[in-house]
Parts: sequence; C-alpha cells; structure tokens
Amino acid sequence: MTERHDVIVIGAGHNGLVCAATLAKAGRKVLVLERASHAGGAAHTRDFASGFSVSAGAHLLTHFPQDLITELQLQRHGLRFAATDLASVHLQTDGRHLVLDGPHASATDLSAEDAQAYAAFHADTASYAAILASAFGRRPPRLVDSDWHDRLGMLKLAWDIRSLGRDRMREVLRIGLMNIHDLATESFTDGRVRSAVAFDAILGTGMGPRAPNTVMSYLYRRTADAFGRRGPALPTGGMGAFAEALQACAVARGVDIRLQTEVKCLRIEDGRATGVVLKSGELLSAGTVVSNADPRSTLKDLVGYRELDAGVVRRVEGIRMRGMAAKLHLALDALPNIPGLDPARLGNRLVISASLEGIEEAMNASKYKQFSPEPVIEFCIPTLHDASLAPSTKHVLSAIVQYAPVDLAGGWTEAARAEFLARCMARFETVAPGIGALVSASELLLPPDLEREFGMSGGHWHHGEISVDQLLMMRPIVLHAQYAMPVEGLWLCGAGAHPGGGVMGLAGRNCAREILRGRPRA
Amino acid sequence: MNSVSTRPPHDTRVMLETPFHPRISAANGLQSWYNWKGYVSAERLDQIEFEYFAIRNATAVFDICPMTKYRIEGPDAEAFLNRLFTRDVRKIRTHRVGYGVWCDDAGQVQDDGTLFHLAPDVWRLCSQERCLDWLCWSALGFNVKITDETADVAGLAVQGPTSCAVFQSMGLEGIEALKPFELRYFPFQGGELMVSRTGFTGDLGYEVWTSRELALPLWDALFTAGEPHLIRPIGSAALNIARIEAGFIMAGADFVPAEQCIRHGRSRSPFELGLEWLVDFGKGPFTGRRALLAEQTKGSRYRFVRLDVEGNKPANNSFIFGAGQREVVGTVTSAVWCPTAKCNVALASLDMPHGRPGEELWAEIYYMRELKWTRVMARARVLEGPVFDPPRRRQTPAPRF
Repeated sequence: MTERHDVIVIGAGHNGLVCAATLAKAGRKVLVLERASHAGGAAHTRDFASGFSVSAGAHLLTHFPQDLITELQLQRHGLRFAATDLASVHLQTDGRHLVLDGPHASATDLSAEDAQAYAAFHADTASYAAILASAFGRRPPRLVDSDWHDRLGMLKLAWDIRSLGRDRMREVLRIGLMNIHDLATESFTDGRVRSAVAFDAILGTGMGPRAPNTVMSYLYRRTADAFGRRGPALPTGGMGAFAEALQACAVARGVDIRLQTEVKCLRIEDGRATGVVLKSGELLSAGTVVSNADPRSTLKDLVGYRELDAGVVRRVEGIRMRGMAAKLHLALDALPNIPGLDPARLGNRLVISASLEGIEEAMNASKYKQFSPEPVIEFCIPTLHDASLAPSTKHVLSAIVQYAPVDLAGGWTEAARAEFLARCMARFETVAPGIGALVSASELLLPPDLEREFGMSGGHWHHGEISVDQLLMMRPIVLHAQYAMPVEGLWLCGAGAHPGGGVMGLAGRNCAREILRGRPRA
Repeated sequence: MNSVSTRPPHDTRVMLETPFHPRISAANGLQSWYNWKGYVSAERLDQIEFEYFAIRNATAVFDICPMTKYRIEGPDAEAFLNRLFTRDVRKIRTHRVGYGVWCDDAGQVQDDGTLFHLAPDVWRLCSQERCLDWLCWSALGFNVKITDETADVAGLAVQGPTSCAVFQSMGLEGIEALKPFELRYFPFQGGELMVSRTGFTGDLGYEVWTSRELALPLWDALFTAGEPHLIRPIGSAALNIARIEAGFIMAGADFVPAEQCIRHGRSRSPFELGLEWLVDFGKGPFTGRRALLAEQTKGSRYRFVRLDVEGNKPANNSFIFGAGQREVVGTVTSAVWCPTAKCNVALASLDMPHGRPGEELWAEIYYMRELKWTRVMARARVLEGPVFDPPRRRQTPAPRF
C-alpha cells in the first residue's frame, strides 16, 4: 500500500461509510479501515443458527433520513425495503393490544378521548421533534468563542422554537426537561398509551420513565418522523444489506475499504494526527484521520490519554455509556400465537412492556447491577417480510431486551445468561403462550458481547447515553462537540458525536462537511 | 450500638496543629494565629520588624508543615510530571529541585510549586493549593502512585544570611557546598533530615524536612545551634514582606488558581505571570499546551510587572493608571514597603501592551488617618527585575556570616 490517501476513516460502521462517501464525492481520496470481515459495524446480517440469519445489531431502520438515502443514491446501490412505516403494537397479557400507527391509536375499549389525545400528542411532539431534527442536520453551535456560523445556528434554533407560537413554545420549554412518566400521566388516562409512550422514551437507554429528561429522549426518537419515517423500516436482507448498499455507494465514489484491518493506535506527531499504526505494525499516513469508534475508545485507546489535556481526559471518563440493552435472537419452527392479535399485525414492531411503574421497576434492578426480573422487550419477526432470512416455513424473531447492565454484579456467567434468557422467555410466554416450544435455537447478545463484537465501549450502542447533558454542544464532550477532536487532524464521525445514535448517518455526514469546511479553530 | 462503639472516635478538632506547634505556641508572644489550609499557623510572634530583619540579617525559621505535599512515585513518575508541568521536568536531575507551574486545558495557571526529585522515580510536589483530584485525573494512563503526605512530613524554612552557619553548628557536614535548588540527606538522631537550598525569601536559605516524630528534636537542635547566630521563629506576615521584596508571586494573591476561578477571563496564563521561561513547547504533550501555543500566536491579555512606587505608602489594591492618568491599565496584587531595598514595591497585573520595563505609570493610593481618607497619585515605574537579589542567594559554597 504505497498509495497516498487524504483521509483515513477508522471503522466501516454506517457513519464511517457515510462520512467516507461524502468526502469522496468532494474529491478526497479516502481509505476506510475495518477490523471485522464485513462493513457496516452494528448494521450487520449474519447467521445465528444454521439457516437462520438476523440483523445482529440494530434490527429496524428508524432514523436514516430519506434525503440522505437519495443523496447517496442507495437505491441505485441495491437498497430495497421489505417493509416500511411499520406500526407499533404494544402487547397486553389480556389480549387488549394497543396499536399505534402514526397518529392513530386503536385498541379494544380505548376511549375516544384518549385516541384523540394521542393524535394531538403525536402531532405536537412531531413538531417539537422537527426542531431537533433540523438541529441534527447541522453541526451543534458552540457557546464559547462562537463564530458567525455558530451564532446563525443558535439563531436558527431559537427561531424554530419561537415559530411554534407563544403557547407551544411555552409548552416545549415546559416539557423539554421533564420525565416521560409525568407527561404520559397528564396526557392520557389509558395505562396502555402511557406505557407505550414511556417505552419509546427509554428504549436503548439506562433510564426509567421517571428519569429527568426522558421527554427529550422520546423527542429524540420522534425525530424519525421528520426524516420521513412514519414507522420503522426493514431493509430486504436485513441491516447488513443496508450496509452493503452504503459500502457499494462508497466504493463507487472511489473509497478504498480494507476489511480485517485493525488499527492499533494513531500516529501523533507534535500534537497532530498524521496517520495510523495497524495491529500488523504497518503504518499508514494521512493528513486527516476520522474515527468511527466511540469517543472513549478513540481518545483512550487510539490516541492515548497521555497525548491529551487532563481536563479532556476527565470529561471523556465522565461520558455515561453503560450498556443496558441486549439482543435476543430466536429461531422459530412456526409463527407464535398471540391471542387477541390480528394476524396481519404480526409483522409490525411488537412491544412487551409493562405499566409505567413496571418499567421503572425493571430499570431499578439495573441501578444495583442486577438484570430486570421482568425485562421489557421490543421485537419483530422479519421473516414475515423477507423469507430469505430463514428456511421455508420457519421464522426468525429479533428482540431488544432490557435492562441488562454491562457491569452485572458477579459478571455475566453462564448461569446468569441462562437465568436472564429464562426471564425473557417467561415474558414472551405471557403474550405468546407456547412460544418456548417453537424455539429451535437462540442467541443472546449481552452488552459485553456487543462490546466485543462491535467494539462499542460499555456495549452502549449509542456510543454514549442519549440525555440532555450529552446531546448537542455537549456531545461527546463540551468544547469538542463539532467533530474536531482535541488532537489536530483527528475527527469523530460516529454515534458518540452529534446528533447521536440510532442508524441515522447524520454524524457521519455532518463530520464530513466540517472536514470539508476546513481547519477547526483551536 | 456495638458497631458505633468499635469505630475510631470522630475527629472533633476544628483546626489541626503542626508537629512544631508546642514550640511555636510557646514562642508566640502575640498569640496571633491564622488558618493556613486547616492548620493553626503563626501570623506574627513578636514585632514584625524583628521578624523581617531576622530573615535579612540573621536566621528566620518558618513552619511550612501546612504546605500541601504530594509524593509521586513509580516508573511513569517523570512522564506523568512532564505532562502535568509546563516545563521540562526531565531536566530536574535526581537530588535537584525545580520550580514550576501547571495549567488547566485553557493554559491557565492552577498553581505554582516546587518539585523535589528525591530519588530516581520518586518526587515530592509542594504547592499552595490542594490538587489531589487534578493529579489523579492527570494520572490516568500513567503507572504512578500519588500520596498526600502533607501530615506526615514536617518542614521548616530556615532563611537568612547566617542560616548556613546554623546548620554547620548543628553538625550538617558539607552543607555549605549545597548549590541553590539542590537537596541532600543528613543522618539525624537515628533518622534522617533532607535539606534543600530553597525558600520563599530570595535570600540565602534552606528548607529542612523530616518525619513527624523528629520534628521537635529538629527544632530543639536548630535553636540550640542557632542561638549565637540570632535565630528566631517568624510568622507569615514577615515572610510576605520578604517574598514581595524578592518579587515572588503567590497563589491566591497575585493570581487566582484556575480551578477556583469562577469568572471567565480572571485567571492567568504562565505568560501573563512573567513565567514564560517555565513553558517548554518542545518537550511533548502537556496540559494546556495547545491553548498556550494559541496564546503565543494571538498574544496575551495581561502582563505581570514589578513596580517601584514613589513615596512610602504601600499601593495595596491600587488601580494603576496610564501615563496620562486617564485610563486604568491594571491593578496591584501585592504591595509593601521593602525595608532592605528601601523601595516601595508593588506587584501588578497590567492590561497589554502596558508594562514594558521603564514605563511610567501612576498608582492611585488610598489611605486613612484618623477617619480621614486621603488619595494620592504616586508615580510608578516598571522595574526590570526584583529589587532584592543579593549575591549570597546563589554563592556556592554558601558564605559564612
């Protein structure tokens, strides 16, 4: 490899690929280095049992903006959707399931008032989330030593909020830092609607419904609407196929991708990143190095704390990234029977939650390094839309289960894993009696497994908790939230940077735009 | 109840006493005390003039036990300190002492202190402010052990022209050969003394360090040997005159430690304290390096100066005016009439570009006499260096007075 590259991207996660493709389009010679044997990072389809494949990390595409798909011409590069705009079905043990389809809430004996309230709530939160979504598309403004670009960004944010009108501006300022428990309780009388809203606020986080700023994490999830997604989508061939389309786009734009190439550390000369050193000992030079790894791995392992100011180290150590969500994959001999559910709804996003208090209790255990005795679950059966993932007549069930703290007391021993799996299956049995007998194989990926397989610190798939103190100009750390890292020539393009996690791609695109804008200010 | 009774009794002391307290308390005729980092410390024991002139004409002894002391040891100790300090600590050889400052990320001084290279891979950091938290954060990524040994090490500053003779009389053989900023170990009553030729007076002087247990024997031996050399215990007030006369800055007076600074722009960089000689950009990464490099390009906001103020009224807290007496260009941070240099010195922080040597400025001095405030505008001239810097401070072998 004597070929010179302008930019080296460490990690071919979806953000790394978007960043590389965006830079390549602007004429930069980009090399992407990936540790695994496939591109895509946690957007990856693989076998978990003979003949059964599943999206091993993220399993639904919720946030990737439609305009970014167009910009990258992903459809031309092979992206197909097996399903889009899925509804969410919140399963109840008594069969009175709640269906949320866009603004429409329906369920047996759901009052007209609650249905109406949900529609209004959905519209309001969509308009608030649209402001966030707009900010997600730009670099976060800097408050200290800001330039005209930052001030414009702040003005835009303030203008967007003001444009809601006086009453709704007051409302968004009132609820912005509230907890979802209180907002759901004051908004609805039906317990099912309350807990459905709360579930969306806490999914993938370590927070319970009573945690402050869970309204913010709910709005974060609702930005999906602004990105053109009424509900989650399933790419044909799983999330791995989505990554392949991104990879094809990058390659078509001239990006070089080297798989099974692990970076050991950055080469830093006089405080400037000038290249990378591979595990093999090979040295690759580039004027710009972009890390798709999480901020802590990037600054602690790739750069090394010795190279950094001690205050930066202090802030990096303070990033909350304690993984709480596990993946569970089941190979099913047949479709499960869920009493009370219209069979046509089985292909939607399904949720096994609990009352507001029940979710809070599930979270409580995690505070003391225990897993939830009654986990809460989001799952889907992708084979209903995409038969290629399993042998004919058989099915795959993919679930996110929480709370399963990465730092379980006593560690994730075989016994602990078996016990947690049994707890999850018991939850499935409450809504789908007999499902256990259909399972021919299963795979449980706990946060330590996710950390190992996808290289995310703490097994936190957002590369850092989604909460207001770790968003916008505070993500990943204050004063370094504009993609430029404290080492000159090093940039961060992953979920640990603004706007954050979920397969969204905006961190990668925003980062590329900042690199193209030129040198950052000191 | 059982569990409560087995616990050690709660420490109900409001103030701590240093190991030398019995002797200092007995000598403290004025019983004038102040709180130095939680320790009862003497502000003055007798007439301040007697104490000041003990520093300059004989030997003065000042208890420095309350000074914060950290022991830093391990294979990465030097690398750790080099990342902490702005200067290159690799140049401080074993058995040498170095003065230095450390900064936050923004290149603002957190504190200044002396670094004692006690043995290979073993250092002691003495500072005004407590900073264990910052040291621990700075230690991430280094194989280093940091211990707060403030309470375990007893120290005395022994300063003045006859100080070398006092130690000679005490039997510290070869003490006169000790160079400035050098340290040496001496056996003492079954234990050990560490003596360094360091101090805060700008004079010939030493600091002597030992274990808590040997503190009182040290004091007694020192004062027995020192009696013919007019040795005298002193308080902080006299020391403060000497340090301003010598032109030394002090944390909390001449700069606000960055970690304690609340208001943006009120802290100071090493450049703004006249300490550019302590910043080494060539040595590799250190905390604040990027910010200080940027400051070098952009220019500093302040300049630290020593001023010679006309008259004999100390310009405490004075505004400094420009030549035309119209605009305020800075403030005085420390001021005193210096009895040996016969000079009314003020240390000041001026807005750039003011403060070039020789610049003529004005100090606005207020003083009250019997309920009447008087305001004088006194000429103030920017000095090139400290007003007190005698050859004996550096002479080796140390002169015997």
